[in-house]
Amino acid sequence: MDPQHLNLIYLIIAAAVATFLTRVGGYILITQMKEIPPRLEAALNAVPAAVLTTLVAPAFVYGGLDVTIAMFVAFAIALGLNLSTLRMLVIGWVVVMVIRHLAM
Amino acid sequence: MTKDDFWEGVRGGFPIMLAASPFGALFGALAVDNGFTIADAVFMSATVYAGASQMVGIELFGNNVQPWLVVLSVFAVNFRHVLYSASIAKYVRHFTFGQKFLAFFLLVDPQYAETEKRGERGLPISFSWYLGFGLIIYIPWIINTLIGAIFGQMIGDPKAIGLDVLLPVYFMGLVMGFRKRDRFLPIVAVSGLASVAGMHFVGSPWHVSIGALAGIVLAACLPPSNQAPAPAAVEKEA
Repeated sequence: MDPQHLNLIYLIIAAAVATFLTRVGGYILITQMKEIPPRLEAALNAVPAAVLTTLVAPAFVYGGLDVTIAMFVAFAIALGLNLSTLRMLVIGWVVVMVIRHLAM
Repeated sequence: MTKDDFWEGVRGGFPIMLAASPFGALFGALAVDNGFTIADAVFMSATVYAGASQMVGIELFGNNVQPWLVVLSVFAVNFRHVLYSASIAKYVRHFTFGQKFLAFFLLVDPQYAETEKRGERGLPISFSWYLGFGLIIYIPWIINTLIGAIFGQMIGDPKAIGLDVLLPVYFMGLVMGFRKRDRFLPIVAVSGLASVAGMHFVGSPWHVSIGALAGIVLAACLPPSNQAPAPAAVEKEA
């Protein structure tokens, strides 16, 4: 196995260990700690939305006009109709394919 | 270990397995598209077993982000699990050490939600039930990754079949899943602006840590609200 690929394997193992730590962490903490400070709790609460937004916003701005339109349409319809992520994916995919087909 | 409990768990997890299957296949296809081999993709699904963070991981890896930042991002995306394991602690105390180890490894969003629901109703949470529910989601997740990865390798240009739009829309769906949380809009607005600014002025991959940090610091600095925190059980990964 070449060293670069070996690095990827190590990376996956590290990600697996990190994930496992989050899954036992709460159990270990709760048996140690009485209560979580409110500001820490607020910060922890913000983590998923804050991290995931950084993967959405740049794609929306720099992903190209077709991707921007597809994301906007998927967002608007999914929010309006309260659709699942899977349906939203289908809408985004259909819009981008239609635009690309028309542009060809 | 009772058979009936095990099969009750399997039946309960079955619809969730069906719903998660397309995401397993999607992960496999996108992982191969981002430079993974089929075996790497399957290995990641089998060891990390957390859909959203796996998507984040391959996206960052594909963009040649530094390894420590990839691991940190996976950790950050999965951080909600800390709350899950804290919350279900009272229901799994009677598991043996080995059972707890396995139970926490399998603690994905629906597993948490279902355990919590069952516990609140006063139903017993046996290890057999937990394992049945967990395995009917875990094993197909790996198989679907394999199927997706095999198909992904046959696809030449991902743009031609619109694969490139799927990850941003998928992450957008995940973000929207948190919209009932405290300060959702200000956090998303600040993280979004900061990540775009970071992308523009500093460059990828730093926009991820810059944007995330901005939203988290904002959340910690805002005065505490009177609103009760939304239960994590209503959120789901896929």
